[in-house]
Amino acid sequence: MNWFERLKSGIQTVVRRGMPENLYVKCARCHQMALRKHLESNAGICPNCGHHFRVHYKQFLDLILDTDTFEEVASNVRSTDALGFEDRIKYGDRIKEYGKRTGMQAAVCVGVGRIDGRAVGVGIHEFGFIGGSLGAAEGERISRLIDRCITDRLPLILICRSGGARMQESALALMQLAKINAKLTQLADARLPFISVLTDPTTAGVSASYALLGDVNIAEPNALIGFTGERITGSSVGEEELEALRQAQRAEKVLEHGFVDLVVPRTEMKQKLSHLLSLLGETAGV
Amino acid sequence: MPNGKPYLDFEKPLEEIELKIEEMTAHAESEHLDMSAEIAVLNQRLEKVRQEIYTDLSAWQKVQIARHPQRPYTMDYIDLIVSDFIELHGDRLYRDDPAIIAGLGRIDGRPVVVIGQQKGRNTKENLHRNFGMAHPEGYRKALRLMKMAEKFRRPVVCLVDTPGAYPGIGSEERSVAEAIARNLFDMAQLRVPIVIAIIGEGASGGALGIGVGDTILMMEHAWYSVINPDSCSLILWRDREKKEVAAENMKISASDLVELGVVDRIVPEPLGGAHKDPNLAATNLKQAIVSAIEDLNRRSIDELVPSRIDKFARMGKWEE
Repeated sequence: MNWFERLKSGIQTVVRRGMPENLYVKCARCHQMALRKHLESNAGICPNCGHHFRVHYKQFLDLILDTDTFEEVASNVRSTDALGFEDRIKYGDRIKEYGKRTGMQAAVCVGVGRIDGRAVGVGIHEFGFIGGSLGAAEGERISRLIDRCITDRLPLILICRSGGARMQESALALMQLAKINAKLTQLADARLPFISVLTDPTTAGVSASYALLGDVNIAEPNALIGFTGERITGSSVGEEELEALRQAQRAEKVLEHGFVDLVVPRTEMKQKLSHLLSLLGETAGV
Repeated sequence: MPNGKPYLDFEKPLEEIELKIEEMTAHAESEHLDMSAEIAVLNQRLEKVRQEIYTDLSAWQKVQIARHPQRPYTMDYIDLIVSDFIELHGDRLYRDDPAIIAGLGRIDGRPVVVIGQQKGRNTKENLHRNFGMAHPEGYRKALRLMKMAEKFRRPVVCLVDTPGAYPGIGSEERSVAEAIARNLFDMAQLRVPIVIAIIGEGASGGALGIGVGDTILMMEHAWYSVINPDSCSLILWRDREKKEVAAENMKISASDLVELGVVDRIVPEPLGGAHKDPNLAATNLKQAIVSAIEDLNRRSIDELVPSRIDKFARMGKWEE
């Protein structure tokens, strides 16, 4: 349905001049239109139904970190085409194209910042960069973040929004699952807290590595969380089974089954993280 | 050639010659003729064609060999390599998963824990084994046995052969993702040597879930990747028929993976694949496993664990 233009022939459509573009956004869940500026001032949450839109990573960091405290690390680590991979387009060109589109050179951004004054290491996926997928550059960035956390004794927060490991890096991408989890054992040895924040979607390689291994796992409402990604299941199972699978992969169901601790709306995320850090951050108390 | 059938599409020239040899032999017998000279010529040609076909296999042809219905599976190798084997069952949490076999035994007299995905040889077996696609319980059983290995200081040997972890509702509800993730985490610091052998299909997290170790071996015609070529074709090319190109692009062969630093050593297979001579394949695999365990046993575990973490931490290529 098109709300602003008549498509029937013979009826003249008046196009008003001076109307800004992209004034409205349609909600993927309730299909209602929301004013973009309302959405942005509401943490990317639909004012009508509460659906959490996939917001840009910078907006998410702004929501959880104290103003101007984020300092990126390992930003010089960039995705590269190690295999000479070419599907419908060359992987090297894909990296450039997504780089231009997002201003990023890998699908995760890592750094240090503060939450209510408390220093934390934080890593976040940007879905706009090849579906937030995990490749070697992303694995290396997260590894260095973990090293930084250990050196500076910082708690780690990873915010996942990813379809999984990056197919164009094949086995090298798969190995990042093992790499990051191996590094996480060192963080655990150092007795530093790891809080995983699972946002929509957190599937496949990312769910099968760090996303579900937090000391505390926090999900956003209705986020898709699971092993089987969207396109694979869509191709191999019937519609009814797919629907059941999708239901089982919703954040609230995942909590019911015992794999996340909390489902927290984005607007309360900072407060919840701060609360948890205040309780987990103390190293004394034994 | 007892184990050649069924022929793969690229083996058609071999099928033709072998058929001819069979016919000629039968004819010679029934007519009491001496056709040994003609048969010898055909046999020579057969060998030549065989060499030609098998020496330069494409990535997709290797996938086909890795999926050959007669290819030796985990239990076949256990029968041929492991003595005194006793299979143990269950994850102690929910159920036993027949898609993963785990147990105690000896390799070359040494007590070990052996774990591997198991495919079925026919429909009935496959229903039982779920085509080698494990549920979370399989990975949790594997971890339980690894912890036992740690407790009793036995090396762990994992035989990887799976089209992937099972993508179903029960699997999601009991979180196969968490089960795999936990294995990666715990295997990174398991305080006994771990030897991995990719024996057939190494698809994605389902393979890696029992694939973190000190030495990674790979059978010559096995494949290992982040996703199977069929699904990769569907997702990246939006076309089921690009699997051959996908296989080529993903660099899934043993030699490619050695070059990329993912695999340490290639275990040679008999000409044409392990199914042509399972005994020889098993002998080669056993030799590689034994030598890997011997090497690892020479090092202290306090040295081994950090070097295992370091091994994986170095994996991947990026620009800087």
